[in-house]
Amino acid sequence: MIALLLRDLRLAVRAGGGFGLGLAFFLIVVVLVPFGVGPETAVLSRIAPGILWVASLLAALLSLDRIFALDFEDGALALIATSPLPLEGAALVKALAHWITTGLPLTLVAPALGFLLSLAPEAYAYLLLSLLIGTPALSMIGTFGAALTVGLRRGGLLLSLLVLPLYVPTLIFGAEAVRRGADGLDPTGALMLMGGITAGCFAVLPFATAAVLRINLR
Amino acid sequence: MLKVTNLTCVRGGLPVLSGVSFAVAAGHALILRGPNGIGKTTLLRTLAGLQPAEAGQIDYPEDEGAYASHADGIKAALTVTENLTFWADVYGKPVPDDILQRFDLADLAGRMGGTLSAGQKRRLGLARLGVIGRKVLFLDEPTVSLDGFSVKLFADWLQNTHLASGGVAVIATHIDLGMDAPELDLTPFKVAAGQGGGTDEAFL
Repeated sequence: MIALLLRDLRLAVRAGGGFGLGLAFFLIVVVLVPFGVGPETAVLSRIAPGILWVASLLAALLSLDRIFALDFEDGALALIATSPLPLEGAALVKALAHWITTGLPLTLVAPALGFLLSLAPEAYAYLLLSLLIGTPALSMIGTFGAALTVGLRRGGLLLSLLVLPLYVPTLIFGAEAVRRGADGLDPTGALMLMGGITAGCFAVLPFATAAVLRINLR
Repeated sequence: MLKVTNLTCVRGGLPVLSGVSFAVAAGHALILRGPNGIGKTTLLRTLAGLQPAEAGQIDYPEDEGAYASHADGIKAALTVTENLTFWADVYGKPVPDDILQRFDLADLAGRMGGTLSAGQKRRLGLARLGVIGRKVLFLDEPTVSLDGFSVKLFADWLQNTHLASGGVAVIATHIDLGMDAPELDLTPFKVAAGQGGGTDEAFL
């Protein structure tokens, strides 16, 4: 499993791997928002939590269709499925590799972008924490979606339609935690619920992903 | 070592082969013959466990099977050595020192997978079989895009390394590998069109 993780990370940072694309997309979306809604800091700081969270959803979505599609096309997925590596483990590792190459960098740059949107100073810690807890769920749900659409032509579009509604709970609690942090309220409840969603995703979805992959590989 | 009894293989919900039975003893190979579309790939994928058999028994030691498809699963952004090391790590085996020489890849060790020619990729894909150390190999047209010399290299590895150490291979191929192996023609096992009923899964 570590071999697969290292391989996926290595592939992501090599030429054509798309590492940084999601991050660049995130930066651009967030930078564009002030141009759209105007420079009033009061408005910006009100919408900042929501914008940052929606932008990170979209950025995570960008690279989802590559999770299994490339391995499916060059035959590596069938070889992995017949290897001693359990497919459930492979699904987990794929989600983890996706998170390390998209979710983690997003989390780390988000505070800097919060500054651009004049996010309330009290909210930075919660922005970082909520993204840290929430983005793994985005990767895991997305991995499941990628397994559902692997082998389909134009699967990327269908993937977005399948996955975005499933991102809603994470988005609601993630943005809520940051908003409550900004308003000086206690965001623990939202953070805990989001943690529950992430833990639930990681408990169930590797198995669902493996089952779906087995059917798609037939 | 490998024993198949009364196997029915399904492709796209329809049975394509039925009543397939054969046995391969350790140290021997079996060559599958038959025209295009007869179900050689389906049979090999069923044997490798990628798709379920509708009926029949497949017996070989657990965790000893390995499958090699038309596609080699080579990553364009990894070097030849990295590609092989990855598979060795997945199977928890060391990379044999002479494997690159055996498949004439020594000069290409540092090259990116994406810059290899079709035949070189194929040789790398076959070298994977030498790395993973599995005893029961299911090979689907292993010699596609190989030149005569490379076919000899591969047949030599198969005969003198894999089979000689007690391995088994089931090979679907249209060419003569120059090996002394029994052949199995799949034509008699073909399920005639319309027979065996359609699928009851309307959306598959």
